[in-house]
Amino acid sequence: MGWLRWIWRQVTSMRTALILLLMLAAAAIPGSIYPQRTADPNGVSTYFQQNPTSAPIMDKFQLFDVYSSAWFSAIYILLFVSLIGCVLPRIAVHAKALMTPPAATPTNLGRMAAFAEAEVGPKKLATTLDRAQALLKKQGYRVLRDDSSVAAERGYWRETGNLIFHVALVGLLIAVGFGGAYSYSGQRVLVEGDTFVNNLAGYDSFSPGIAFNESMLPAFSATLKRFDVKYDISNRTNTGTPLSFKAYVDIRERGSLKVQHKTVQVNAPAEVPNAKVYLTGNGYAPVITVRDGKGNVAYSGPVVYLPQDPNMTSLGVIKVPDAKPQQFGILSFFYPTAGKLKTGAYTSVFPANANPLVTMNIYEGNLGLDAGIPSNAFSLAVHGLNQLTGGKTGVKSIELRLGQSAVLPKGLGSVSFDSLRRYASLDIDYNPGQGWVLLFALLALGGLIMSLVIPRRRVWVKIKDGGFEVAALARGDDPMLERVVADVTKQLQAKAQKAKVKKVKKDDK
Amino acid sequence: MNPVHLDENLSRFTELGIYASMLFYAAAFVVLSMNLARASSEKSKVRATAGKLEGVGVWLIIIAVIFQGIGVVGRGVAVQRVPWANMYEFTITSTFVAVAIYAVAQFIRKDIRFIGILISGFVTLALGLATTLWYVQVKTLMPALQSYWLLIHVTVAILATAFFNIAAALSIAYLFKTAKWVQEPSKKLGKNKLFKTFKRILSLFPGEEKLEQTSYRFNIIGFILWSFTLIAGAIWAERAWHRYWGWDTKEVWTFIIWTIYAGYLHANATRGWHGKRSAWLVVVGFAAILFNFTIVNLFFKGLHVYSGLK
Repeated sequence: MGWLRWIWRQVTSMRTALILLLMLAAAAIPGSIYPQRTADPNGVSTYFQQNPTSAPIMDKFQLFDVYSSAWFSAIYILLFVSLIGCVLPRIAVHAKALMTPPAATPTNLGRMAAFAEAEVGPKKLATTLDRAQALLKKQGYRVLRDDSSVAAERGYWRETGNLIFHVALVGLLIAVGFGGAYSYSGQRVLVEGDTFVNNLAGYDSFSPGIAFNESMLPAFSATLKRFDVKYDISNRTNTGTPLSFKAYVDIRERGSLKVQHKTVQVNAPAEVPNAKVYLTGNGYAPVITVRDGKGNVAYSGPVVYLPQDPNMTSLGVIKVPDAKPQQFGILSFFYPTAGKLKTGAYTSVFPANANPLVTMNIYEGNLGLDAGIPSNAFSLAVHGLNQLTGGKTGVKSIELRLGQSAVLPKGLGSVSFDSLRRYASLDIDYNPGQGWVLLFALLALGGLIMSLVIPRRRVWVKIKDGGFEVAALARGDDPMLERVVADVTKQLQAKAQKAKVKKVKKDDK
Repeated sequence: MNPVHLDENLSRFTELGIYASMLFYAAAFVVLSMNLARASSEKSKVRATAGKLEGVGVWLIIIAVIFQGIGVVGRGVAVQRVPWANMYEFTITSTFVAVAIYAVAQFIRKDIRFIGILISGFVTLALGLATTLWYVQVKTLMPALQSYWLLIHVTVAILATAFFNIAAALSIAYLFKTAKWVQEPSKKLGKNKLFKTFKRILSLFPGEEKLEQTSYRFNIIGFILWSFTLIAGAIWAERAWHRYWGWDTKEVWTFIIWTIYAGYLHANATRGWHGKRSAWLVVVGFAAILFNFTIVNLFFKGLHVYSGLK
């Protein structure tokens, strides 16, 4: 039992809290250096590709999931155990302190952090304690009076604030945990004209909390009617900077015929029942038709191109596994305002579509899709494929302006660039805990301010022969301590003198 | 957002104010250094002339901060918005606020005057970096920054940084003053003339207790403001990035800094952690702030990439 108590005392000591805090700070660092699965999943897969030997070992140490790792969790759970163990007894002590009068005046006031003595006439000495009691009470002190002294204490709110702060942190952690468990975050790229129906199949990627189930998804559909971008063309230094992104979305709730016309913007998500729709990205989706060697349509529709630079030079991939007689893939660039570099290569010189151009490199061979292994739709594994246009092949890349079509080499078929649409990346998020998190965070902030700014101090006034003593002691930092003693002394003296003056006048009569 | 008229010429013209302020900060640094040299002289006659130089140094800083203010306001007018949306703007504005707080505080509490030498040196350096490496031409706000939270979140972050900055200067002074090699120098070092001068300089600083206490008071204000920055950032992140917290690199470092200073506050209430150890935590905390602002901004991948540099 003895050593258990010893361990408990160690865990709940301030020193342990301090060391755990510093450990927590240090443990958070790797998560900012290495890509994290939650914040940057693509970064993680790139890291694995670039460091095939070290990445799996690092993964064993959870370096790509730092904030949910066993070691990071261990530190903050210990920290909170220490916090609770420290705060609970302090609540009891403080509650008791609130109900008991201040401690009696110590014998030797001269040893206190701030001290002053003053002389007053013997007649006024008698009233000094009365006046001290009244004065300190007026200044918000709790006062205890005995025969020769007044003991006063103020600043109980400092400790109250301190306790509120720590308890609120526990509340915050619980709210974060519960909110996270019942939350979800889904991503969907929506091309102009397309409709998204809110169910799991409708998402491109989806990250649910552990307590999520599909019935939590509110039933609605969203159609991207139009996506507008305004780019600056009037300021030379700012040319091409986006001034605004606006996604015009029509939302229909199930069972309702009413269509809600919403505008989703960065910093202005649209509310749907039980979720919010955010705008997190955008780009171009050229509509491409691919015909195979037999003249059949092997692919037709908008292709989402991922932007590569601020002028929206974008990269797209088209895989045509059903093409006969040979499957092939297309690695393609889109330039909304095509311009030629000195090297002869194309680049986009402006992000709006003033001079749209699509270029394509064709790769024939087995695309590896038939094995049933899921593959990234936005990349083409060119290894093992036979490149037919562009690069070192000596055959010019296929270039398509809007409305143009071109014949592919080796009788593979043909491609055409039919029209141009835009797309928006939408994020549908729900987190029932976030209101509570905010509430506890604000409570913690309020408690913190109280605990750091409100001074907790004791003041004593004691009478002796021919005068009185004033002393004060602070718990924690108190910049006003000496001034308070000087002030109390002065007021007690001043009133004494004033009283004296009155008395003289009375005598005159 | 409607197109606005950006004025690069005005920005460049008022940047002259920043250059002028750098000149005055540098001059203040030189004068305050001379002042320290004199005040620490062995000759009492020379020592007597030192006080005047300190006054000159402080007034040079005040002139400098006025010029800097012209530069900051000019940039704001040139871009038609708050001047703190990229690293250049954040640097000129945050150092302006730090110096302004110092300039006001030194009237109220004369005993913090002596950190003018640290402040003027630091700001000269920061402005040098800002004007040469971090300058970006006038730009509008990218859509992610078009929010009133830019005003709230960043203003408070700037204030927090300014308070932490002053506190760090005080703690560094404290650490020099209490260092073992200063208190009990080796025989050889103790006879060194330069070391003797250095020791006399240190003796001019306020007492250890005063330094520790003043640093603590600036730090608690900094910590309250930093906590607010963190909360405001989370509220904004919920609107702009679809979640209130996602361990983005900038969020991670905001958290790290908050935790270090929380540790510092606990250190002040822990036996054996007063004084030197807690002063070191202040230095580590401020180093993390500088790291967050420079290395994280420029080299780390994340959502919070607003340096405006390519």
